[in-house]
Amino acid sequence: MQEVPLSGPGVRDCHNRDRTASADKAHGLARRRGVIEPMAIEMSTTNPADDGSVGVVETQTVTLFEPPATLTLAGGGRLGPVTVAYETYGTLSPERDNAIFICHALTGDAHAAGVHDSSDEKPGWWDDFVGPGKGLDTDRYYVICANVLGGCQGTTGPGTTSSDGDGPWGLRFPFLTVDDIVRVHAGLVEHLGISRLLAVIGGSLGGMQVLEWAARFPDRLRSAIVLASGAKLAARGIAFNAIGRRAILVDPGFNDGNYYDQDEGPRFGLALARMVAHITYLSEDSIELKFGRRLQQGDSFAYDLTRETEFQVESYLHYQGKRFVERFDANSYLFLTRAMDYFDLASTHGSLTRAFAQTEARFLVTSYSTDWLFPASQGREVVRTLLDVGRDVTFVEFDSVYGHDAFLIEHAQLAGVVVPFLEQTFARGTNVP
Amino acid sequence: MNASRYSMPGFDSGLIDELLLDQVDSGSRVIDLGCGDGRLLARLRDERNCQVLGIELGLVELTGAIGRGLSVIQTDLDRGLDDIPDDSFDTAVLSQTLQEVRRPTTVLREMLRVAQRALIVVPNFGHWRVRLKVVQQGRAPVTDALPYEWYDTPNLHVCSMHDIRDLVEQLGFFVIREIPIIKGRPVERAWWANLRADSALYVVERTGE
Repeated sequence: MQEVPLSGPGVRDCHNRDRTASADKAHGLARRRGVIEPMAIEMSTTNPADDGSVGVVETQTVTLFEPPATLTLAGGGRLGPVTVAYETYGTLSPERDNAIFICHALTGDAHAAGVHDSSDEKPGWWDDFVGPGKGLDTDRYYVICANVLGGCQGTTGPGTTSSDGDGPWGLRFPFLTVDDIVRVHAGLVEHLGISRLLAVIGGSLGGMQVLEWAARFPDRLRSAIVLASGAKLAARGIAFNAIGRRAILVDPGFNDGNYYDQDEGPRFGLALARMVAHITYLSEDSIELKFGRRLQQGDSFAYDLTRETEFQVESYLHYQGKRFVERFDANSYLFLTRAMDYFDLASTHGSLTRAFAQTEARFLVTSYSTDWLFPASQGREVVRTLLDVGRDVTFVEFDSVYGHDAFLIEHAQLAGVVVPFLEQTFARGTNVP
Repeated sequence: MNASRYSMPGFDSGLIDELLLDQVDSGSRVIDLGCGDGRLLARLRDERNCQVLGIELGLVELTGAIGRGLSVIQTDLDRGLDDIPDDSFDTAVLSQTLQEVRRPTTVLREMLRVAQRALIVVPNFGHWRVRLKVVQQGRAPVTDALPYEWYDTPNLHVCSMHDIRDLVEQLGFFVIREIPIIKGRPVERAWWANLRADSALYVVERTGE
């Protein structure tokens, strides 16, 4: 049974960097990458200035919250030290006033742009938006992206060795929330010597972090850019997360989260979680346009129930699940989806009004017309509250066929508003209160 | 556009901006519905020290407004102004847009919900040349001020100065001032305004005090 990755718009992997499954050809981008044209990658790293790539970058780590200054999490647990994996692009200005922090989504990582070595075929997950002359212009701004607490791409999470020295944390890892993620990242930003960010930007779970930044650290950001997100996860989002977690929990390989020393963890469950989640990132139109009812092989049905990849859409989902298992930890998936479920800015801060009452930051909120995971009504709810408390807010509801994924696909559209927004925010000066 | 048709003097946007600027108090809060690229709002902010917000549907226009450092909310006016709290502005501006919305009554009510005072500029379809064209040619009028064929026009509603006044009163609001714009000049208390004005500015308030 052959599983072929399909490429093209609308099937772009939303929250990771499985880039072989995506291609920008449909967007007419001159620069292509991946297995199809490795030569293009080589060029992008040898001469980054020509094609808007940040070139070769390295993930760095820093250890924060060393005892006794440990981190107390919202769930009551304590954690420390905490290792944070991060990358930076561009140069911090002498005034330290040009720093932008990127909050990644559910299964993203610190590697937002560039490549890890010159033979690396996969650039960072937001490489089309971060680089010289791009939406987040690294010729002008100093851009930081860090893996989230509880993740599995370098920052302390359930897969890292526990502080009691008894193997990996697994499910013993302290319960964490979006608030905890943001506090760890604020620690990193402080460590980097930046007292006030020009902007914090992120989509989906990343957008939730941006909102939490504005609520918890109102003086540490001059602007907040919230993409395809909302002040809480709606019931439908929780429902899909529940299916994903259930798939992992019932997988015989899960073993109560103690699978790190086994050959295989709950790979079927994790793959299934990814397959389900992936559907929520696509719109009705994008999935229909990309796959329709087309068959993977031949023109006729096989009349064979054991053939699980008969339709192209099936093959694609299986491929996504398989790739996801290679790079993601099931325990992290459990912790992070739960953090997303728990996120409710209003309840954490008393009310949405109170959450936004302290910050002087300018807001840019965007929604996407076909996003059904975070519909525009969620963006508007945030906007309404911001207007209510007299904040400076701009709202754009982009027309896009790509559903929730649109914030990772429609770079030009997004850059069209983000570039002038950042320019204007920067021009206003640091305005330290 | 049919060249043989008579052209009325076109809208002078700069003039209308000046006219609107004059009606706004310094330091007040202003919302502009259909703000375009935010030219008026930027002047209100920079010259009058106003707190401003734009409402715009078009992405290109909205991007221009962001480039002026303005806050803009992308919304279709026909959806209403759900996102805007009651009384959050002193003045709501609607320039040459009322005739383009599906439900002018809803938009007027919304304006006077979010602001105490509304400034409305509307083209006057009661102008004598428009009337003459209808009578002479028996066709929907096309002029510089109204440069669209009937089947492809953003102007969904045809209204004269009398009609606007009637509508405002019918909604229980009050026309505080009415400034006809004749041949590109504002002329207050003009004779035969409804025949002579290309457009008019209305200052409408919730109460007549």
